[in-house]
Amino acid sequence: MSVFEYTLKELQAKLHNKELTVSELVQASFDQIEAVDDQIKAFLTLNKEAALKQAQQLDEQVDQANHPLFGIPIGIKDNMVTKGVRTTCASQFLSNFNDPLYDATVVDKLNKENTVMIGKLNMDEFAMGSSNENSGYYTTRNPWHTDYVPGGSSGGSAAAVAAREVFFSLGSDTGGSIRQPAAFCGVVGLKPTYGLVSRFGLVAFASSLDQIGPITRTVEDNAHLLQAIAGHDPMDSTSANVEIPTYSDALKQDVKGLKIAVPKEYLSDQEGVNSEVREAVLAALKVYEALGATWEEVSLPHSKYAVAAYYLLASSEASANLARFDGVRYGVRTENADNMIDMFKKSRSEGFGDEVKRRIMLGTFALSSGYYDAYYKKAQKVRTLIKNDFDKVFEDYDVIIGPTTPTPAFKVGEKVDDPLTMYANDILTIPVNLAGVPGMSIPCGFSKDAGLPIGLQIIGKHFDESTLYRVAYAFEQATDYHKQRPHLGGVKS
Amino acid sequence: MAEISKQQVKHVAHLARLAITDQEVEVMTKQLGDIIHYAELLNDLDTSQVEPTTHVLDLKNVMRKDVPRKWIDREDALKNAPDQQDGQFRVPSILE
Repeated sequence: MSVFEYTLKELQAKLHNKELTVSELVQASFDQIEAVDDQIKAFLTLNKEAALKQAQQLDEQVDQANHPLFGIPIGIKDNMVTKGVRTTCASQFLSNFNDPLYDATVVDKLNKENTVMIGKLNMDEFAMGSSNENSGYYTTRNPWHTDYVPGGSSGGSAAAVAAREVFFSLGSDTGGSIRQPAAFCGVVGLKPTYGLVSRFGLVAFASSLDQIGPITRTVEDNAHLLQAIAGHDPMDSTSANVEIPTYSDALKQDVKGLKIAVPKEYLSDQEGVNSEVREAVLAALKVYEALGATWEEVSLPHSKYAVAAYYLLASSEASANLARFDGVRYGVRTENADNMIDMFKKSRSEGFGDEVKRRIMLGTFALSSGYYDAYYKKAQKVRTLIKNDFDKVFEDYDVIIGPTTPTPAFKVGEKVDDPLTMYANDILTIPVNLAGVPGMSIPCGFSKDAGLPIGLQIIGKHFDESTLYRVAYAFEQATDYHKQRPHLGGVKS
Repeated sequence: MAEISKQQVKHVAHLARLAITDQEVEVMTKQLGDIIHYAELLNDLDTSQVEPTTHVLDLKNVMRKDVPRKWIDREDALKNAPDQQDGQFRVPSILE
């Protein structure tokens, strides 16, 4: 059995018993990357020398280790800054940003738990995209079938975990960017409640929506990883000052008497939900019934407005946030500028890809004089209606369950030419970001033809990640979807 | 609501500090027009009595103590810069 099939708890036991060393785990990661990453292309930058050296040091401290993440190889999405390790956000604009000055708070927290960073993971440029095709470098492939996209924007983060290149990773989620790739790659991804995890050092896309979260193979591992990164941070003024529970405690409880809401909009043909996905979700609900939970159909009536509101709000925020990329302090600068404004314009246009330009343009338009009330403010009001939909359902139910995505992964190139078709793919994940509530994707089946994973989305109340873990864990223990693994050429087992 | 014109696309590109080619103007005019047309779906909703949500958490003016602390020094701040001189970022001329 490959070391990648062990849970964090099992790995700690083996490290303590000296059946395994940290150096062996880290080497196993690099061996697997060597074997499969020319097909998967999950990594943008490897941290090999430093990681192997750190592993040797940790092997000397293993007797004092008392944390579930000690010595575990991880990958970090390339929009979180890592001191001294190149951070590009998958943009050519930052291709030379080789020496970031500090670690993001999440990276700092993981360093303190003695995890080992293997490298930086591919993504859609500045996290704008749903397929990884907007990477400024290359497109990550789905480990289950390399003709298909891994999802996005945290496509590298989900693919690297599914392909057993790292034990877990961090992603970020603005409109579904953790949950959708987790669903497409058959792994467990959580978007925490807005404000639970510090955004300090996360290169901002849409500040009122962005949230960092863990991607893992199992629910239990996910809870351990969230434990390490959650909590108030004075460096992020939007980080919430709330008490952090012990998430793994939630795994000990069952789901008897749990009240599940199933939004009819999330199973609807109108939203493009295909029959295979619908069947998988209905089968999952049967599993919950057998475990003693009950479910009822509800309505989130403003769901169909979420995508339009989201693209106006997220693009508006992005247009402001990406103004910092001006070619003065870091990043690439054009070779041929006559003056300062010309330098800004040419540097940005040479460095940014099409989707990033499109969203900056849309956001600038929506915020511009004469259009602000009609577009930006209107979208903010619709956001209130969407949030109210969730508040109302959560008065009577513990969780909301539906699919993570309307369909399994699509083929590379299939949607790339039509922005609106690509955006529609996020219809089931976007409302969760607009409402700020936590959402999780866990594997709940496979498509018949291409054998691609299907994701079950579990949505909870603000700061109620414990219930999400309880509900997800109950399903995982009752099924074996999470034990399936992709068969890649060259994979050692 | 108005259709978006090529002239507007050029104006927005200037505001956004993007240099776009004539060909990009053509493509952007079509694509932005489509997205904005789609966004007009929101006008189906009467929001005259609805407050806007800027932020989901009820946070206002988060303050911290105003105390000096060590952060990035000048040498570090300059080390990723495309151009620098005498301890400062160097840029092309601002005034003609």
